[in-house]
Amino acid sequence: MRKHLTQGFLAAATLAVGLSAQAIDITGAGATFPYPIYAKWAEAYKAKTGVGMNYQSIGSGGGIAQIKAKTVDFGASDMPLKPEDLQAAGLMQFPAIIGGVVPIVNVEGIAPGAMKLTGPVLADIYLGKIKSWNDKAITGLNPGLKLPADPITVVRRSDGSGTSFIWTDYLSKVSPEWKTKVGANTAVAWPEGVGGKGNEGVAAYVQRIKGSIGYVEYAYAKRNKMTYTQVQNRDGQFVAPDDDTFQAAAAYADWKGAPGFYQILTDQPGKASWPITGASFILMHAKQDKPQNAAEVLRFFDWALKNGQKMATELDYVPMPDAVIKVVADAWKAQIKDGAGKAVWN
Amino acid sequence: MTATAGTASLPMSAAANAERPERAPRPPAPRKGAAPWQDLLFERTTMFFALLVLFMLVGILGALAWTSVPAFQKFGFGFFVTNVWNPVTMDFGAVAPIYGTLVTSAIALVIGVPVSFGIAIFLTEMCPSALKRPLGTAVELLAAIPSIIYGMWGLFVFAPVFGDYIQPLLTRAFGDLWILGPLFRGAPNGIGVLSAGVILSIMVIPFIASVMRDVFEIVPPVLKESAYGIGATTWEVVWNVVLPYTRVGVIGGIMLGLGRALGETMAVTFVIGNAYRISASLFEPGNSIASALANEFNEAADPVHRASLIALGLVLFLLTFVVLACSRMLLAQLAKGEGRTT
Repeated sequence: MRKHLTQGFLAAATLAVGLSAQAIDITGAGATFPYPIYAKWAEAYKAKTGVGMNYQSIGSGGGIAQIKAKTVDFGASDMPLKPEDLQAAGLMQFPAIIGGVVPIVNVEGIAPGAMKLTGPVLADIYLGKIKSWNDKAITGLNPGLKLPADPITVVRRSDGSGTSFIWTDYLSKVSPEWKTKVGANTAVAWPEGVGGKGNEGVAAYVQRIKGSIGYVEYAYAKRNKMTYTQVQNRDGQFVAPDDDTFQAAAAYADWKGAPGFYQILTDQPGKASWPITGASFILMHAKQDKPQNAAEVLRFFDWALKNGQKMATELDYVPMPDAVIKVVADAWKAQIKDGAGKAVWN
Repeated sequence: MTATAGTASLPMSAAANAERPERAPRPPAPRKGAAPWQDLLFERTTMFFALLVLFMLVGILGALAWTSVPAFQKFGFGFFVTNVWNPVTMDFGAVAPIYGTLVTSAIALVIGVPVSFGIAIFLTEMCPSALKRPLGTAVELLAAIPSIIYGMWGLFVFAPVFGDYIQPLLTRAFGDLWILGPLFRGAPNGIGVLSAGVILSIMVIPFIASVMRDVFEIVPPVLKESAYGIGATTWEVVWNVVLPYTRVGVIGGIMLGLGRALGETMAVTFVIGNAYRISASLFEPGNSIASALANEFNEAADPVHRASLIALGLVLFLLTFVVLACSRMLLAQLAKGEGRTT
């Protein structure tokens, strides 16, 4: 009896080892913003090739920390690392998906897309300088709307997030006072407001508190049918958030000329550009200890960038344009090498 | 207890008893054929587990202290008295979370202790026996609800009702008073320090109430009956007989509830508003230590940021110690007042 058990156990063990040697699962961690699309891509990719991708959405900061510690094959961050930081950590980054952040309001009688706001006004609201909805600055932009005298409750993120980075970066660009007083980061010292945890938290607060304003990913606002506003872009046009305006903003990015693809897509020029757009980035080590895992990761993203565009638009993201995909592939070839100096991607 | 056991078994005169010195009973002689090594193994194993708990406590304290050193190196003692939390300039001061933790726990106790006391007294003294079981079970079931459910209920059900009806009522009733007024002024949006405190009180009530009920039930009936016999009212019996007899258990129950309130994370983080601010008004948002840790720890990659968060955890740990020490001192004072110790 014992002999049979041992034989059976050994057989099962060798089978398991054999199976696992065939299918390498790749692991990634980081930003919560692209998690839905990465999960969808992973599911489709596994059905097609049998290679699984395990992504943990722990936040951009967590993703950066994990890839630096080499506990995952790739990290994901909404905030791109500066070229010198990439150099210091031995990482390379590339953009994978684009999305937009939209302001949402809860004011009686205002329909989605009806209110017009500008960057400086948003900054003043978030600094606490504009305190009520019938302030001259807001009524001046919206002569046709009846705005109540209610106080404005500012809602922002309580946790560290790439969405906050995109939002605070935009406010820093349009308001010098915001730039000196608060700055841009995944977590800042917010002068005003209550903090919700995650996009869901901000959406929940805005829905419950009358007279509140917040910011969420476009996907959230659209799915929960929230009241988003129009924002004035750099060219002076008031635009509403949707795929076209995000793509218009993304078209101005100079991906080729930016070392490390360091491009922040907020406040882009262009009549149709949405001013609060951002890309989400993937971080990988330039010198790979595990070239097979790296090759699998690149194969996954190559497939996802080329074939996953429809899935992305279904989930209200904006896929990377074809021209950029080619630049990204060239960067893989040039920058990701194994221990012997040979390019992992070819 | 030793003396009574000894004197109960042997008939001896009182004088002989007075001469016999107090001695701890000797363990029985070992049985013939008994294996002494099993006894030793049992003793050593149980000692190991007991010491393991002590080591874990010391280990956790040591780990917290060690990893929070960068924060104290940078900020020094000012960490405990400055009110700033800026992850951009890496400037951190812990006053706002500490204040928020203390205030929400205080509100939780101010509301929770009297209510629990009422529940326990009702269940032991006045409840018809048909209702005793279901009511007691219902109170204990409240303790079984996961804290995140409390948080979600708090945000989606409690906060709108609180903001639309109860907060305006409080402002109308107390807003103009001299001392209490500033506590109840502010935008009634249903979230803030007061909402978090009320939800915490609902969470601690089952703990305090069930401990109180258990200790109230073991009061010897002869004590209560004697008091009733000389004409005391129910309230006089409760306040003057039951409560002094059970005060150790009652204070223990309150400390248990306080411990839960101090460390509660998910329920608080949904409704407290997560603002690093100290305001006079209870309607304003604030922050608590556990809530701050839950929100920021994941993304805190910078060593100083992480060390500051761990320093906050260390503060919470020490706060619980202080609370425990205070309860011990309180009990010692009460025992001194009774003449049981000096």
